[in-house]
Amino acid sequence: MNALDVRGLQIRRGGRLLVEGLSFTAARGELLAIMGASGTGKTSVLRAIAGLDPVAAGVVQVDGRVGIVFQFHHLFANMTALENVWLAPVHVLKQPRADAERRGRELLDMLGVGGRADARPHELSGGESQRVAIARALAMDPPVLLMDEPTASLDQARRDELAATLRALAAQGRTVVVATHDAEFARAYATRTLRLDTMDARR
Amino acid sequence: MIVRMRSAIVALCALWLSASAAWAQAPRELRWGGDAEGGAPFVEADPNDPARVVGFDVEVAGAIAQGLGRVPRFIQVGFTSLDPAAARGDFDIGLSGIEDSPARRARLAVTIPYYEFRELLTVRDTDRDRFRTLADLRGRRVATLGATLAYDLLVAAQAEHGVIPVTYEDDVHPYSDLALGRVDAVLLDYVLAERGVRRNTGLVNQPADMGKGYYVGILSADQAALRDRIDEILREAMRDGRLEAIFRRWDMWNEDQPRLYARILSGRATELVPAAGAPVPDTWEAARRYLPALLRAAVITLVLSCVAMALAIAIGILIASGRIYGSRPLQVVLTGYVEVIRGTPLLLQLFVLYFGLAAVVQLPAFVAALIGLGLNYAAYESEIYRSALRAVPQGQLDAARTLGLTNRQTLTLVRGPQALRLALAPMTNDFVALLKDSSLVSVITVVELTKQTQIFAANIGSWVVPGALCAAIYLAMSLPLARLARRIEQRWHPA
Repeated sequence: MNALDVRGLQIRRGGRLLVEGLSFTAARGELLAIMGASGTGKTSVLRAIAGLDPVAAGVVQVDGRVGIVFQFHHLFANMTALENVWLAPVHVLKQPRADAERRGRELLDMLGVGGRADARPHELSGGESQRVAIARALAMDPPVLLMDEPTASLDQARRDELAATLRALAAQGRTVVVATHDAEFARAYATRTLRLDTMDARR
Repeated sequence: MIVRMRSAIVALCALWLSASAAWAQAPRELRWGGDAEGGAPFVEADPNDPARVVGFDVEVAGAIAQGLGRVPRFIQVGFTSLDPAAARGDFDIGLSGIEDSPARRARLAVTIPYYEFRELLTVRDTDRDRFRTLADLRGRRVATLGATLAYDLLVAAQAEHGVIPVTYEDDVHPYSDLALGRVDAVLLDYVLAERGVRRNTGLVNQPADMGKGYYVGILSADQAALRDRIDEILREAMRDGRLEAIFRRWDMWNEDQPRLYARILSGRATELVPAAGAPVPDTWEAARRYLPALLRAAVITLVLSCVAMALAIAIGILIASGRIYGSRPLQVVLTGYVEVIRGTPLLLQLFVLYFGLAAVVQLPAFVAALIGLGLNYAAYESEIYRSALRAVPQGQLDAARTLGLTNRQTLTLVRGPQALRLALAPMTNDFVALLKDSSLVSVITVVELTKQTQIFAANIGSWVVPGALCAAIYLAMSLPLARLARRIEQRWHPA
């Protein structure tokens, strides 16, 4: 069974047809790159999958919860890195606070930002923020993880680290969908690439 | 064009000349000050022609003006402002049931007394046998008008018998509040007491004489010559029966008056000044004596402001949340509330809450003050919170939603705490404003810092020292607050 199944997705923005008739699937353990120039609707597709924006037509089926890492991370400004990570497990999954906090520390350690657990978002670098945001999404143990332009704020070394992390997540059986215009990154690491502009051209 | 302009100038000059000639020929005016809010029988708007005033003081002013060969013109001045207005020369003479007192004589030119009154204790009919004198009213609330002889008597009775003086700005509401049970007695002069008993059912005047006083006219201190002429006119009116006729018309003539007039006409008027033995304390001595009362009043101001602000914050948060998350009808209702509260004066809201609703619910004055200030400021707070909530970036809300937080969880865990930081500075401003607006509650008998200062100033007849002390106490309360807010802000918004 596919972890993610999108059929006939149509998205409108202010009366303009942005995405039309988009269908694709992603299997468990797949690392799918959604490519396309700016303005082709990559971010809109991710937001539609995450259920953040209404769609004009189409069906999105997900086998469980969707985690999302935004391009600008959107860490909760009033909390430390660690609090960002355990907030949802405690309040949504009703996990005991101590367990959620321990698991949060493990995730931050795993992503190499364990030392920044007590830092506030404004004290973190772009790369650190991104890893805290990944930890926050993973804390909810989603089978599907969406990432919007993850390489935008990273240098080459950090990009390789990120790629290794995403591969490890895919190896755990998670489906990772990355919206990016970074062709090199997509070519090197994605198991499959979906081009929005060519789909647009095909239509 | 030029011709037309020239003729216009000529016409204007002619108009000016004729107007100034008419002005020069018009008899001089006697500007006399009084408070028409005091009502009959002193001064009140004529029910048949509200532009005119009627009352015994109007007629006394008329007799004085006639004696001076002038035309009387009434000037409306609030009762508690009559003394400073006289000192400033806002009018030639003040006549409005003004009581003779050593403090007045020390600061103003005061006429001979033209009426003698007795202070009466008014109680509810059912308490007729329980509360006969002030000594029976230990621990009870006794109402009066601020800065009067009755007030001085009550302050003395507070020390001697433990009664609780409650001061009003007008002489109507003490009696209506007595009928409602908000106070247990009223001490005021018999003219007011008679009227109070007539207007409210179930009240009775106790026969015991609580003290007597005199109505006088007041002029600025440099008008002693005019005062002496007026004294002579009053004496003449006592001799020829004109004053008697006036007081008979207003049903105020009694056996005390002929005795008073006889004493005055025989030249013993100066012995009448009440408490002549007690010297007027100098300003610094008075300040030292009033300081504890001012500090107590400052505590009232502070407690009132803090509790009202807490109420305003709680209700403001509910209103802001309702306007952002609530259903459309709820949003309309809450928007209406905010607009009505912001669009009407706080003073009016306090009056409605305390006096207007008295027939339905009788709130104690302090509670009414709390609720009035709290509800009023809640409207302003809600606007601060609403814009602060809207200022939290959408990305924060998106992140909360994708993690599965409910709207309520997002509000309490993410959006609310971030909005609070944005709201802190305007909230501090509002609290400082509330601290000062709390002075308005004196109209519903709460004696807070400004009211206590007003009483202090009225008693010593000067605003300089009381005003400076009052300002210093307000600043001592508001400045540390502003500092605290700046420190919290710096901690929450590191540069």
